[in-house]
Amino acid sequence: MDFTLKIWRQENATAKGSQQEYKVKDISSDTSFLEMLDALNQQLVEKGEDVISFDNDCREGVCGTCSLYINGEAHGPKKLVTTCQLYMRSFTDGQTIYIEPFRANAFPVIKDLVVDRSALDRIQQAGGYTSFNTGSAPEANAMPIAKEDAAAAFDAAECIGCGACVATCKNASAMLYVSAKVSQFAYLPQGKVEAAERVLNMVAQMDTEGFGNCTNTGACEVECPKGISIKNIARMNREFMCASLTSE
Amino acid sequence: MSKGIFSGSIGRKFVMSLSGLFLITFIVIHLLINAFSLGLCWDGRALFNAGSHFMATNPFIQIMQYVLALGFIIHIIMGIRLTIQNNAARSVKYTHNNPGANSSFSSRSMIITGILILLFLVLHIKDFFIEIKFNELGGLPSDYDLLLAVFSQPLFVGLYVFAFIVLGIHLNHGFQSAFQTLGLNHKKYNPIIKGASVLFCIVVAVGFSSIALFHFFNV
Repeated sequence: MDFTLKIWRQENATAKGSQQEYKVKDISSDTSFLEMLDALNQQLVEKGEDVISFDNDCREGVCGTCSLYINGEAHGPKKLVTTCQLYMRSFTDGQTIYIEPFRANAFPVIKDLVVDRSALDRIQQAGGYTSFNTGSAPEANAMPIAKEDAAAAFDAAECIGCGACVATCKNASAMLYVSAKVSQFAYLPQGKVEAAERVLNMVAQMDTEGFGNCTNTGACEVECPKGISIKNIARMNREFMCASLTSE
Repeated sequence: MSKGIFSGSIGRKFVMSLSGLFLITFIVIHLLINAFSLGLCWDGRALFNAGSHFMATNPFIQIMQYVLALGFIIHIIMGIRLTIQNNAARSVKYTHNNPGANSSFSSRSMIITGILILLFLVLHIKDFFIEIKFNELGGLPSDYDLLLAVFSQPLFVGLYVFAFIVLGIHLNHGFQSAFQTLGLNHKKYNPIIKGASVLFCIVVAVGFSSIALFHFFNV
């Protein structure tokens, strides 16, 4: 398969970037999107040109490192997959593909397609943990947890923190990410202990980082590679209001 | 670290949601009184004038008039402020974006539909509220006659119908969004909220428009 690629190139955080055109030929339909970019970079190396920088790590769809805004959608046109799990068979032969970094002021571009997503880490550091000693493992039946709650907590915990929700949101809001991190604790008895403090601190940090406000377009849950539901946002809103009304 | 309830991003969402729901109650009452003018089960002129007189003189409604104005002001100012902040959160835009793949037109155009409704509101206040309150109906005998006078002009009917469609689009997202913001998201009730939202926006757009068109073709 042959493709025309329009890729965002930006020398560094302060440089002015622009869309550059590249051609790749004879790409197997079973090539992953990142492998296709590897092939392009190989061409650039052979020509002695600067390679295209892009984030990647596990390439198994679980680490949340890869990003990319492909043809106007975070992680490309296929739902419930990260860019590394997107294969070229999802495109048509000869297609022009636009590749841009995840854009938000809270995600400054470092180089080309690599952005700094540490804002999400700082939100997590503001409350995405439990701080009490759990001691040794208690008897399993001493703390019954409904299967549905355990499953809902796990669904929220599936968030890999890639930032696709922010990239997709027309307001660059991080609500889906933060709500997943709040909900994974809120469903479980261990998480309830510090729930109020957690939601207040994480939301305050989210606002400090300069993300936009949620307007419930629902775009985030459609583009989320892990299918995190916006019901978590509703849950976080409830948690936040209760915590705000009762905190001192 | 806890900030004031309404100063953070979620607090502002709550203000938008609550003020929006309040304005929705106003729209329902307004539609009901407009429907009086159709004269479906009573003399339209008498019923509409009575309803209009009640709204203009009832002490409780007189107080609510100021609350309503406040509701509008809060909803408008907060909406504009949120949009400015949200646009500022992504100063470099995408060169190629495909928002239609993941969100509805109505959810993405709230500020555009909102501003159009605001412009319509100015026109509407000038046409009716000011005429009734300060201009003694421009010499017309009753509120019903003013209604007929406005809805006899094709340009006005066209503008009003357009505004009602825009209002319907605004409400289609606004109605269901208000529930999500308040945390009212539940697997069992979501389809009901979504269905009610679609039904409500159709009732509002078709209801107001048909009343305007009814008078236009009946005059």
